[in-house]
Amino acid sequence: MDTQRCFHCGLDIVAEAEIIFDEKTFCCAGCKTVYEIFSLNDLTSYYDFEKSPGATPQDIKGKYDFLDNENIVSKLLEFQEDTTAIVSLSIPHIHCSSCIWILENLQRLQEGINVSQVNFPDKKVRINYNPQIVSLSKIAYLLSSIGYEPYISLENYESGTQNVDRSLTYKLGVAFFCFGNIMLLSFPEYFEVKEFWLDNYKPFFRWLIFALSLPSFLYSASGYYVSAYKSIKTKMLNIDIPIALGIIIFFIRSTVDIVMDYGSGFFDSLTGLVFFMLLGKMFQIKTYSFLSFERDFKSYFPVAVTRINTDASEESVAVYDIKKGDRLLIRNQELIPVDGILISETAAIDYSFVTGEFIPINKNSGDKVFAGGKQIGKVIEMEVLFSVSQSYLTQLWSNDVFQKNVEQKHKSITDSISRYFTPILLLIAFVGFGYWIFKDVNTAFNVFTAVLIVACPCALALTAPFTLGNVLRIVGKQKFYLKNALVIEQLAKVDTIVFDKTRTITTNKKSNIFYESSPNPSEGGEPGKVMSNENIRLIKSVLRASNHPLSRMLYDFLPEMGRVKIDHFEEITGKGIQAEVESNFIKIGSEEFCTPSLSVSSPSPLESPEASGGERTSVHIQINEEYYGKYVFKNQYREGLEELFKSLNSNYQIKVLSGDNAGEKDALEQLLPKSTELIFNQKPEQKLEFIKQLQDSGKNVMMVGDGLNDAGALAQSNIGISISENVNVFSPACDAILEAGQFQKLHYFLKLSKKAMLVIKMSFGLSLLYNVVGLTFAVTGNLEPLVAAIIMPLSTITIVSFVTVMSNYYARKLEVRS
Amino acid sequence: MSVIYLLITISIFVAVGFFVAFVIAVKSGQYDDDYTPSVRMLFDDELKKVKSEELKKLSDYKQTSDS
Repeated sequence: MDTQRCFHCGLDIVAEAEIIFDEKTFCCAGCKTVYEIFSLNDLTSYYDFEKSPGATPQDIKGKYDFLDNENIVSKLLEFQEDTTAIVSLSIPHIHCSSCIWILENLQRLQEGINVSQVNFPDKKVRINYNPQIVSLSKIAYLLSSIGYEPYISLENYESGTQNVDRSLTYKLGVAFFCFGNIMLLSFPEYFEVKEFWLDNYKPFFRWLIFALSLPSFLYSASGYYVSAYKSIKTKMLNIDIPIALGIIIFFIRSTVDIVMDYGSGFFDSLTGLVFFMLLGKMFQIKTYSFLSFERDFKSYFPVAVTRINTDASEESVAVYDIKKGDRLLIRNQELIPVDGILISETAAIDYSFVTGEFIPINKNSGDKVFAGGKQIGKVIEMEVLFSVSQSYLTQLWSNDVFQKNVEQKHKSITDSISRYFTPILLLIAFVGFGYWIFKDVNTAFNVFTAVLIVACPCALALTAPFTLGNVLRIVGKQKFYLKNALVIEQLAKVDTIVFDKTRTITTNKKSNIFYESSPNPSEGGEPGKVMSNENIRLIKSVLRASNHPLSRMLYDFLPEMGRVKIDHFEEITGKGIQAEVESNFIKIGSEEFCTPSLSVSSPSPLESPEASGGERTSVHIQINEEYYGKYVFKNQYREGLEELFKSLNSNYQIKVLSGDNAGEKDALEQLLPKSTELIFNQKPEQKLEFIKQLQDSGKNVMMVGDGLNDAGALAQSNIGISISENVNVFSPACDAILEAGQFQKLHYFLKLSKKAMLVIKMSFGLSLLYNVVGLTFAVTGNLEPLVAAIIMPLSTITIVSFVTVMSNYYARKLEVRS
Repeated sequence: MSVIYLLITISIFVAVGFFVAFVIAVKSGQYDDDYTPSVRMLFDDELKKVKSEELKKLSDYKQTSDS
């Protein structure tokens, strides 16, 4: 029966802990409670849409008390009036249709909520509620109690309502409207056979077409004029110059045509061109709105903390209002927002946000604690030394790298081609003009404009957006999320890769744990004692109750033996845990904690654990006052790391930067190729400096990292990739986010980006071929509207299908090989 | 005057009408989230079905327990 799964959250149920309620099985009381809430409110169809969609609610007592502070609440709300308030809450757990359903039926759970609406791609729920009946904190607690804990950070606090830029959608709509109608109206003239009826209505049709082309010409294409103007001003020739030139000449020539009654003009091709180019732009933009690539410390920091006033009363204050000398109360799992001094006796602080190292560091009263740490265990008190903006962690963001807002660090491939394209194009146009002007002035002008029209690099401009957009989607499906399409071009240029060590090439998911039975020297215990299954069962049961990361890892490592009830569980901060199981007294924790009290006083001559332990992390076990040895934790490198480095080594320079000490140096040297450079003990600023130096020596650097300690290096590098175990959890500002499970595919992504560039180049060749054909029509003065109307869409469609097919082909081919 | 002027004018007006509808739809944010509505539209029906099913089950259960 052990394989049974919880009805609510889908986790395996251990037989001993199984709770049966309403004929359904649950893994814990938390899951059962959520089910109870739902069934009481007639909301059990939650479980019909998706199997076991829920999450176990976390214990978050007091976490959202700051939402009672009206000043804070008013900053979070989108809209506020006497009886209505609207708030958008970000809920990372949203993942299936059941989630949408339950969150949109919140009004049935809580009186005072009027409407709630889920935005699935953003993982947000927008709640419209009556603040006189229900408070925001109550809503937050309600959401937490059903397993949908909202995530409120400093980022929310500052932004408020954002304006969404929808101009591209409008432009596309206008362009399509004009294009479609003009196509319909110009259809009769395609088959013009000097018919009386057609001739009669010609002016009417033509002027109507002219009027319809105006919105497309003036509004939809406006982005190209602006960009062309800017690029002329900065003297950088980009692709938008020939495009803008083409469009304008197109328009003028067509207008002259119908005014002078030379023909029907090229309005159909013109609007079609604008439409297809905007479509390409739209296709290139694929955003992962639930991910953010622009994060800084603000998205990690809480909005408010509890301050202890001089009269010992507690109060929630906004983080920005904290002043030097304030006393703060930090609860379990809360983030320390400022630098300060610990007042409570002991604290265990997890600095994983800052250093990537997840094992808590123990602090004693009077020690300095830094912003960014997370308290694990009991409630602690601290005194503030610096305000938020002056704290050590936030200082990193005052570095220049974060101030610069460079949109495009490098020239894109289309832009560098257009540097040659534009002059050649103008040359051909003038040569054609010069040739014809001696024969016939009228034809000369026709040829001149026709050249510019035909050569208008629409195919060229479409190639990159469609190729890159397609590749963006392909890698997105494989959980490699890119910030935008330009990143692919950057990826193809990389020649040096710098890896962070902790949590980038190592993982804390599956730790490498082994048991080392070291007898207690003073007791004379026999060496090589093996942990019996019975003892493992006891230890595992005790570990289950602890939230310490080491306990969790050890718990996952030990085999399942069945669970026993534990009594007198106690967690002693900085030392370990102890409990009574089936009248056995078990202690798990640090060495001094687990070595029987007798022997501590008598100095042991061997000190073997210390000597051999070195820089390793270990957990010691004591059962019934007897020392049972320890579990040693070693860095576990990610799967496929060795192969990845081996294959990367042939094409790239690889370097490993680590904030840690050199303890793992030998292991790494064995694992990685010889030429890999290993650098240890790097502070965040040093990492940034290191990348800068590489860049100064002409390298294109890709940085692969995680955590805030890499934030500077990620921002400085040509392309920063952040590795994330769970993409819903927050990663620092970067150009791309790679899900940890896909780490070994990194080389594949790099190869694919190179192939994407190849596809673009091939497609450029193809579109030049079209241009040559079109130009022969143009230079000989034979460009009829009908010819243009055929060539234009034909080239567009072949280019788009060519690049899509080719990039898909390469994606598949490379995947098969790797 | 020919009827063609009238017809073309009408057709343009109809087209403009659709275009205005599109702009309003974009402006109200309907295109911001293109996934959730596709899930949401299926909910109501299913909810009723589930309820009637449950009632049926309940009555079935009662009948069997009564007999």
